[in-house]
Amino acid sequence: MCLAIPGRIIEVYEDKGLRMGKLDFGGTIRKACLQYLPEVGLGDYALVHVGVALSKVDEEDARRTYALLEEMGEVRAQFEGVEPEAG
Amino acid sequence: MKYLDEYRDEALAGKVVQEIASRLTRSWTIMEVCGGQTHSIVKHGVDYLLPKAIELVHGPGCPVCVTALEMIDKAHAIAARPDVIFCSFGDMLRVPGSTTDLLRLKSRGADVRIVYSPLDVLRIAQSHPDRQVVFFAIGFETTAPANALAIWQARQQGIRNFSLLVSHVRVPPSITSILQSPHNRVQGFLGPGHVCTVMGYQEYEAISARYRVPIVVTGFEPLDILEGVLKVVQQLEAGRAEVENQYSRVVRRGGNPAAHEIMWQVFEVCDQKWRGIGTIPKSGYRLRHEFREHDAARRFAVEEVQTQESPLCISGQILRGLKKPPDCPAFGQACTPEHPLGATMVSAEGACAAYYNYGRHLRAQPVGAPS
Repeated sequence: MCLAIPGRIIEVYEDKGLRMGKLDFGGTIRKACLQYLPEVGLGDYALVHVGVALSKVDEEDARRTYALLEEMGEVRAQFEGVEPEAG
Repeated sequence: MKYLDEYRDEALAGKVVQEIASRLTRSWTIMEVCGGQTHSIVKHGVDYLLPKAIELVHGPGCPVCVTALEMIDKAHAIAARPDVIFCSFGDMLRVPGSTTDLLRLKSRGADVRIVYSPLDVLRIAQSHPDRQVVFFAIGFETTAPANALAIWQARQQGIRNFSLLVSHVRVPPSITSILQSPHNRVQGFLGPGHVCTVMGYQEYEAISARYRVPIVVTGFEPLDILEGVLKVVQQLEAGRAEVENQYSRVVRRGGNPAAHEIMWQVFEVCDQKWRGIGTIPKSGYRLRHEFREHDAARRFAVEEVQTQESPLCISGQILRGLKKPPDCPAFGQACTPEHPLGATMVSAEGACAAYYNYGRHLRAQPVGAPS
């Protein structure tokens, strides 16, 4: 029910006083209301729930979170199969 | 899809699981609050990946599940009126009330329509000025900004044949109610990521401090959930209790201020009855007095109906993390998604329905669980 998905903003327009946009959700184009995100513009990613964009996706942060997870995997992989240190 | 697929990487998930295992010195019980998280956990088998010392229990965060039976009956009474176009999210259509459901009403001629957004309902109201157009406004804080915007816009545009049947619930009072129970066994929470995109997480800081419980605001993909569990475990093992934000790519501490502005113009906090749990103080939203003309419960004076839940159903205990679906003798037997007996089986995001839909009623023991 609280499902929300990230889409890339490909068009911004106004409709009856509301800030609206067209977003690309992995190839599916749908409109969403951007009224609650005055700061977003073309090319930004926004998280959309029931036709209303609620949050701008912080690309830097998305990259960092993933990099951290990956790094944690990398670090652990280096010790895989290695005998634990005595002590 | 960008920002989704990369958080489903299986190899990486294995590494995070190892990281969690390496931190454990004892067993812990962690609750994921949101039904979307429950669904993701069961769908991807995240709970089977985790070390046995971590038990995930499933929280009350499925709005379809916790919508009170009385409210569903009220919706059905309004939807059955010939002058009404009744609009709802698709998930509510099969939820049984005391005597019927929306889908059955539709098959008997009621004008029931599934919508994707409350803003679509406004357009329906504009194209049918001679009909009353009602939207069943259920949901947590995530959905409140869209519903508030629809009402706010109806006011701006003078659309008077549009009303909401409001049954909104709020997460923080439900967490508090779980923590106040003498039977509580939850030691840490995965906080509801999408609720927090709207509300932020300041309210959770007070709960975490007061009850000395870690709360990690967490996303919905398997890697998000595993990282959320890791952060909770790190806190528990270190004896810390704080709010952390795993889902920082979309959640900010203050939430969405532009959404708050419209929400608080339209809604105010009220006591709310939760199906399976009962009334929790200050756990809902209702329309403010200024917007009462758009309140469907007022517009259509529907009599209160006395409702009776099945005595077999243990969903109240499941929603509080005290029991799990296989603990119920009716699970998968007398109670299935086609014939649900109570809250946690009525929606795909309810714990019982998620377990059933992914075949867990067929397994006595989890397959693939680490021995």
